[in-house]
Amino acid sequence: MSFADEPSSNGQALLEVNDLYTTFDSDRGKVQAVRGVSFNLQRGRTLGVVGESGSGKSVLSRSIMGLVPPNAHRTGSVRFEGKEILNASSNEMRSYWGDQMAMVFQDPMTALNPVLRIGAQITESLHEHIDLSKEQASGMALALLTSVGIPEPKARLRQYPHELSGGMRQRVMIAIAMACGPKLLFADEPTTALDVTVQAQILDLLRAQQAERNMAVILVTHDLGVVAGRADDIAVMYAGQVVEKASARSLFSAMRHPYTEALLQSIPKLEMPSHSRLQAIGGRPPDLVDPPAGCKFAPRCPYAQENCHAEEPPLIADPNDATHLYRCWYPVGTPAAVPAHETTVLEGPAEVDA
Amino acid sequence: MAGTGDAHLRAPEDVLLRVEHLLVEFPTGRKGQKVNAVTDVSIDVKEGETLGLVGESGCGKSTTGKAIMQLPPPKSGTVVFEGRDMTELEGEALRKTRTRIQMIFQDPISSLNPRRRIEDIISEGLDIWDVGDKASRTKKVDDMLLTVGLDPKVVRGRRPHQFSGGQCQRISIARAVVTEPRLIICDEPVSALDVSVQAQILNLLEDMKARYGLTLVFIAHDLAVVKNISDRVAVMYLGRICEVGDPNVLYRQPAHPYTAALLGAIPVPDPNVRPEDRPLLAGEIPSPVSPPSGCRFRTRCPRADQKCADEVPIMRPINEADVDQFVACHHPLAPGEALTPVELAGLAS
Repeated sequence: MSFADEPSSNGQALLEVNDLYTTFDSDRGKVQAVRGVSFNLQRGRTLGVVGESGSGKSVLSRSIMGLVPPNAHRTGSVRFEGKEILNASSNEMRSYWGDQMAMVFQDPMTALNPVLRIGAQITESLHEHIDLSKEQASGMALALLTSVGIPEPKARLRQYPHELSGGMRQRVMIAIAMACGPKLLFADEPTTALDVTVQAQILDLLRAQQAERNMAVILVTHDLGVVAGRADDIAVMYAGQVVEKASARSLFSAMRHPYTEALLQSIPKLEMPSHSRLQAIGGRPPDLVDPPAGCKFAPRCPYAQENCHAEEPPLIADPNDATHLYRCWYPVGTPAAVPAHETTVLEGPAEVDA
Repeated sequence: MAGTGDAHLRAPEDVLLRVEHLLVEFPTGRKGQKVNAVTDVSIDVKEGETLGLVGESGCGKSTTGKAIMQLPPPKSGTVVFEGRDMTELEGEALRKTRTRIQMIFQDPISSLNPRRRIEDIISEGLDIWDVGDKASRTKKVDDMLLTVGLDPKVVRGRRPHQFSGGQCQRISIARAVVTEPRLIICDEPVSALDVSVQAQILNLLEDMKARYGLTLVFIAHDLAVVKNISDRVAVMYLGRICEVGDPNVLYRQPAHPYTAALLGAIPVPDPNVRPEDRPLLAGEIPSPVSPPSGCRFRTRCPRADQKCADEVPIMRPINEADVDQFVACHHPLAPGEALTPVELAGLAS
């Protein structure tokens, strides 16, 4: 993957997102869910987007795909194969959905139609985009179900979603997304609702499908473990912004943003002895209606200095690695980063102000 | 797993809670079929200890937790708490005993009544049992809110929807601890929370445990979370216990093939660990309506043979003195042994 500010090495990127903002009107004011996100994604590559609830990671993928409600306003630019699609109408987007880009959602139960047979749901987008006879379509549906590793695919075509387990439903979702051979797949927390053993199966399946089709994938998750071994590049989001972006290797070996570091430290690790004290992040994410001035993470950051609260840091490249970007005045692991006070307690009292 | 037996239980006089041969079934379908939710599960917890119950969806871990509370009472088996068998108690005596066992649930928002104020939610147990006078109860509630990290002056009069998930879980903890229980059953208390908040709540549970001398049964599907908080871990599969032990030993050296597969499936936050190099468990958990005979894991186990189909494996200690690890498996992994590449392939097929 490469970044917007870096010329792509092998021709045009499949997806170019530039300074994308998504704002929702609400009773309380404008919710700034995505604020100035830019990146490029090449064919066959995987971008992992990591963040906690409310970081804007899901809104980002929906904004790119044009799946946003009427109260959402988007600005910036989204180019798919060089063509601007941000202001395309729903009608124009229909030719992209399913055919060029597809999405696998978190909850396969609510994402599948409960009153339609599996077969009908798979062939729906085939009929929409490709001129096929009924027999051809059901033959393709059968092949798709086989390719996603569903046992007895023929019988499954006639079943309804409730007759399948969560893992099988997610396989069906993937089959539906793969039906027209999209060039770009959004996987929005595809395994969050699943058990770990099934999660591993589904992630492996996604990877196999991606390799087979040279498809680009945007893998959205809250779990750094899920993206570590499976994404080429990782973007960490906080309060609607990308706060750090790098290759997976570089991100984990030279973490620069204090939020990325804190996020990784707060996860209990298998190799830690039991009863190890966890390094929690005190406080809560900012209110996106009225975000604080300056760095959005500053109120929770152990390294924050005075100017962090006043001035928002730009997304800049690491002096030693132009592909490693971060949004911080005092990046971790650089001489600039000095804990604000020696005694900073990461785990502050819980947001007593409620 | 598929196992039975109680070799892993400690002496009855040493433990606060001792559950023996717990059996929970639910009727299903029209033909008198039943869901074998929990089959012959025995566990115990010492005073001040945290027992982790871990397993995938449908393994019966939550049902076990609820059956301890007699919600509903198990079909058979005993639940001895403070020396009395709860399955024999009813009415007032059962209600009285239950005040010393509390529960914390997974979804912090739906487990708090949305129409009630926080102070009423927390003091309900005290009000029901008429603990002290009104003023002392109010004081208790305020102290408890402070202890869980919330400002009573601000929080008292608010309702659950005004709080985040992490804050609601703090309120749930305050509600559970205020009646001064000895045992708290935590049913997936952090699985609905973001990782940063999850760490806050896990740390808070450890603090509360130390401060109030609590004993915990901690139910969760996340093995790393369970290891972090537990002194002893029991791994469940399809209604039975496979393996029990000290997590520091059990995670390093799993003896049951299922434990090994489960540990191998966890994504590691390290890009140098390639997921494809690790064991992958194929297939899905069988239906608890008609579980496999013998060892319930045998249909997915690379080591399974005829014996596994014929005999339910019995819980036995790993052959090493002073190692707190017990396994119910006919062909356990020896210390230092890992699943072979052929067996790993067997798991995945």
